[in-house]
Amino acid sequence: MSQEKFAFHLDKNFTIGTIFLIFFILFVSTTMVFAQNGTPPTDNEVNAIAKDLYCPVCENTPLDVCPTVACAQWRDMIREKLTAGWSKEQISQYFVDQYGDRVLAEPPKRGFNWLVYVLPPIFFLGGCILVYKNLRKFKNQKPGVDSGNMDKNDPYMQEVEEALQLMNRKDQGN
Amino acid sequence: MENPEETKKTLPRWAVVTAFVVLLGFLGILGWGLKNAQQGPVKVGQPVPVFNLTTFDGQVVSTSDLKGKVIVVNFWASWCKPCEQEAAELEEAWQSYRESDQVYFFGVDYVDTETQAKKYIEKFNITYPNGPDLRTSISQLFRITGVPETYVIDKNGNLANAKIGPYESLAEIKQMIDPLISE
Amino acid sequence: MLTNLGFGSLVITFALSLYGIFAAIYGERKNLYRFVESARWAMLLTFPMITLVTLCIIGLLVTQHYEVQYVYNVTSQSMPLYLKITALWGGQSGSLVFWAWLMSAFASAVTLRKWNRDRDFLPWVIVVCLVTLAFFLSMIILFENPFQRFWSTSGGQQIVAMFQPAGSQLIIPADGRGLNPLLRHPGMVIHPPMLYLGFVSFVIPFAFGIAALITGRKDDRWIRLTRRWTLVAWMFLSIGLVLGSRWAYDVLGWGGYWAWDPVENAAFMPWLTGTAFLHSVMIQEKRGLFKRWNMILVILTYSLVIFGTFLTRSGVLSSVHAFAQSAIGPMFFAFIGITFLVSLALLIKRWNDLNSEGQMNSLLSRESLFLVNNLLFMGVLAVVFWGTVFPLISELFTGQKVTVSAPFYERSTGPLFAGLLLLMGIAPLSAWGHSTWKTLGKAMWKPGLLSLLVLIAMVISGIRSFGALLGLWLTSFVIFVTLYEFWRGMIARHRRSGENYFTALIRLAARNRRRYGGYVIHLSIVLMAIGIIGIESFQTQTQAKLIPGESLQLAGYTVTYESLAEFDVQDGRNVARAVLNVSKNGKNLGELYPRRDYFYDSQQPMTIPGVRSTIEDDLYVILVNWEEISTNGATFKVFHNPLVNWLWFGGILLIFGSFIAAWPDPEKGLQLESITKSRQSAVSSSISAD
Repeated sequence: MSQEKFAFHLDKNFTIGTIFLIFFILFVSTTMVFAQNGTPPTDNEVNAIAKDLYCPVCENTPLDVCPTVACAQWRDMIREKLTAGWSKEQISQYFVDQYGDRVLAEPPKRGFNWLVYVLPPIFFLGGCILVYKNLRKFKNQKPGVDSGNMDKNDPYMQEVEEALQLMNRKDQGN
Repeated sequence: MENPEETKKTLPRWAVVTAFVVLLGFLGILGWGLKNAQQGPVKVGQPVPVFNLTTFDGQVVSTSDLKGKVIVVNFWASWCKPCEQEAAELEEAWQSYRESDQVYFFGVDYVDTETQAKKYIEKFNITYPNGPDLRTSISQLFRITGVPETYVIDKNGNLANAKIGPYESLAEIKQMIDPLISE
Repeated sequence: MLTNLGFGSLVITFALSLYGIFAAIYGERKNLYRFVESARWAMLLTFPMITLVTLCIIGLLVTQHYEVQYVYNVTSQSMPLYLKITALWGGQSGSLVFWAWLMSAFASAVTLRKWNRDRDFLPWVIVVCLVTLAFFLSMIILFENPFQRFWSTSGGQQIVAMFQPAGSQLIIPADGRGLNPLLRHPGMVIHPPMLYLGFVSFVIPFAFGIAALITGRKDDRWIRLTRRWTLVAWMFLSIGLVLGSRWAYDVLGWGGYWAWDPVENAAFMPWLTGTAFLHSVMIQEKRGLFKRWNMILVILTYSLVIFGTFLTRSGVLSSVHAFAQSAIGPMFFAFIGITFLVSLALLIKRWNDLNSEGQMNSLLSRESLFLVNNLLFMGVLAVVFWGTVFPLISELFTGQKVTVSAPFYERSTGPLFAGLLLLMGIAPLSAWGHSTWKTLGKAMWKPGLLSLLVLIAMVISGIRSFGALLGLWLTSFVIFVTLYEFWRGMIARHRRSGENYFTALIRLAARNRRRYGGYVIHLSIVLMAIGIIGIESFQTQTQAKLIPGESLQLAGYTVTYESLAEFDVQDGRNVARAVLNVSKNGKNLGELYPRRDYFYDSQQPMTIPGVRSTIEDDLYVILVNWEEISTNGATFKVFHNPLVNWLWFGGILLIFGSFIAAWPDPEKGLQLESITKSRQSAVSSSISAD
C-alpha cells in the first residue's frame, strides 16, 4: 500500500506539509483503490473498526452502536478512509490525532497511563502475600478442631457440634 | 486480614499512618477532581494561554502572533443544530471587522468529521479561519460545556466575555466586541 | 398548599433526626435510658413524616402542578399515571427523598425489634442511621428542594424559590418537560428502587458494626443480628443490577447488557464487598476468626454505597446515567471523608480487642478457601475501582481524557471470576476447621468427572474458544457439585428418616435454610455466568441495508425486511417501526418490530430493538437508519446472542434462593439464640476476667 509511508509521517510530526501531501496522495489513491477492487466497504467492515473506537462526545459508547447523528458521521468517515485504502491502525491513529486518546477503548500504554495497568496487579499481589502469610503458619500444625464429614447433613447435629466447639474454645480461652 | 499467631501484637504505627495517608491522598485527588468538575468555563478577566489552530487549509495560526488584537473564538460542529442559527451572523460580523485588522476570528470545529465540516463552511460561506480542535486540546483549555460557545479575548490576552449557546443577532455579537476595540 | 405541607414535614423530620442523634448520645453518656428510648421514638417517627413528604410530592406529580420545578422537570401531560407516580425517583431531588424514605423505613424496622439483650447497641445504631438520614435530609432541604416553585418578580424576572418573594407572581406552565425517555421503561421503574433498597439496607449492618466498635463488644453478636439484613441488602442490590442490565439490553439498543459504565461500576462495587462480607462473616460465626477483616468489609461497603451515590450525583464523572451537575457534590465529598475517617479511627482504636479466638488449621479448610474467595473479590474490586476513577485521575495529571472500558475490565477480571467459579465448586465440599486433599478428592471426583465429560462434549461439538471452554467447564463443575450436595443430603435424610425423596429434599432445605439457600444462590450465579459466557464468547453480528423483500442471514436465521411505517403516537412520540420476518431452516418463526422512537418534548431518539428470545439464543435486531420514502431501503443491525436468557433466569433463581436463605425460622432462631447466649457469656466472662 502506497499510503502507509505517509501515514507514518502523520504519526510522527504533524506538519502542514505532510497533511497537504497526504490529502493529495489520498485523493489520488482513492481513485486508485476504487480502480483496484471496485467494491465499497460493507457495513460490517465499517463496524468492525467502529466497534473498537469510542464516541468522542458521548460517554463509554462504542461508535458502532452509538445512535446519534455525529456518530453516523464518524462511521461515514471510517467508510471514506476504508475506501481510501487505509488500514485499521491508520484509522485508529487518525481518530486519536483528531479527537484525543479518549476514542480508544483503553488508555494507550505509555507514561502516566501505565498506572491503570500496574496498580491493580500490585494490589492483588499484596493481597496474595497477606493471605499467604496467614496460611503458611498452619501447615505444620496438628488439626485442632475437626468437624469432620460425618453427620454434616443433619442440621441439628451441626448445631450441637458448633455449641460443643464453642464450649471447648471457652475452656481453652480461660 | 490478620495474623492469628500474633493476635496480641498491636497494629504497627506505620500501618496506621499508611492507611490514613492513602485514604487522605485519595480523598484529596477526589476533591481536586470535584473542584475541576465544578469550576465551569474559564473566568472572565483571566489570561488565556497561547494556543494554535491548524486550519482546514493547512495554515497554523497562533494566538501569540495576534497580540494587540481582539480575538473571537467560536466553537462549533457540523452536527450541532443551534450552531447554524448564528453561523451567518458570525460571518457577517467577521466581514465588518475584517478591514480594520483589529479583530481576529477563530472557528474551532469541535469533534467533527472533515467532510461534514467543509460542507458546513461552504453552506454558510464562512471565510474566517476554521480548523479542527485536534485532540480536543483547545476546548479543554476553555473547558467548554458544549457547542456553540464563543469566547472573546481582549487586546491584552485576557478573557473579556463568553457566550454559552448561539448568538441571537448580529448586534449582540458587536456588542461584545466593539467596546474592546476602543480600549 | 401541598408544597408547604411537604416542605414543613421535611424540616420537622430533619429536626427530629437531629434531636434523635443528640438524645441517643446524651442518654448513653449519662446512662439515662429514657433518653435513648426517646431517640428511638424519634427514629420511628421519621418514617411517617417522610412518608408524608413523599405523598406530597406524589400528589403534586399526579395533579400536574407544573409551577413546581420538580414536577415541571420530570412529568408532562401525556405521561400515563404510573409513570407520573414513579417520576418520584426520576430526578435528582425526588430520588433523594425516595432514598431518605427507604432509609427511614429500614431504620424504623430495625428499632422495632426486641432490644432486651442488645441494649448497649441501640443508641449507636440510632446515631449511625440518623446521621445518614439527617445528611440526606439536609441535602434535600438546602440544595435539592423538590418543592421549589417558579415565580415571576415585579421586575419581570423568572426565579425559582420555595417561598413567595415579595411582590412576585406564581408562574404556572401549561405543560412539563416530561420524563427522560430512557427512563420510561418498566425495568427502569423498578430498577432504581431495588438498587436504593440494596444501598439503604447495607446501612444497617454498618450501623451495628460501628455500634460494636464503639461499645467495644468483640463477639459476633452484631454479625448474627444483621445476617438477614445483609442478605436482604445483597439480594436487592443483585436484583437492581440484573434489572439494570435487562433495561440496558432492552432499551439502549446496542446488543449488550453491561457497559462497565462508571455508574454501573458504582453499584457493582458495594455488591463485590457485600458478597465478600456475606462469606467472611461465616468464618467469624463458625470459627471466631477475621473479626477485623469483617469490620473493614462492612465499613468499605457502606463507604462504597455513599461513594457510588456521590459519583452518580456530583457530576465528577460523566456517564449516561449521571444526574445533572449539582451543588451537593462537595457536601457528599465531605460526608464520605468524615464517615470513612471516623470509622477507620474507631477500627484502629479497637484493633487489639478484635483478636481472633481461634486459629486456622488447614490450607484446605473452608475458612482458608473463604479467605481466598475474599482475596479474589478484593482483586475484582481493585480493578473496577481503579478503572472507574482512573479517567478522573488521568485528566487531572495529564490533561488528557481517556476511556477505560469493557476490554480492560473483561481482561483483568476474567481470570479472577474463573477463580471464583472454581472456589464455588470446591468450598462447599470442604469442612470447617480441617480438610485434606484426600477428603476433598473423595467428595469431588464424581462431579469433577461429570464436568470433564461435559468439557469433552463441548470440544467435540466444535467450541474452540479457550475462555468459553474454561468458563463452561467450571460452571458445569459447580452445577454438579451443588446438585451432588443436594443429592447426598437427600439420600442421607431418606435413609435416616425413611421419608420419600421429595419430602426428604424439602425438609432438608427447610432445616438448613441458610446452607441450601446459599446453594440455590450459587446455582443462580452459575446460570448467570452461562448467559454471560454465551453472549461474551459467541455473540455474532451483521449489518446491511435492505430494500423490502430483501433478506440477510445470521447464525442460521434469515431476516427479511417487509415494510416500514413512520407515525406519531398520542404520548408525544414519533415512531419509525419496521416489520421483519424471521425464519430458520425454511421454517417461519414470526415477525420482529425494531423501532426508533423520537420524543418531541425532550428531542431525544431511542432505539428499541426487536428481540426474539429463546432458551438457546436471542435474535436482536436494531433499526439503524432508513430512507424517508418507505419504498427505499433501511439499514438493520442484527445480533445473535447465544444463551443470554440464562442471565435473566439466574436473576429470578437468585431471588428465590435469597428468600430460602433469609426466611425467618423460629425453631432454628431459638437454637441460634441459645448458642450465641452461651458464647456471649463466654465473652463477657473473659472480659470480666481481664
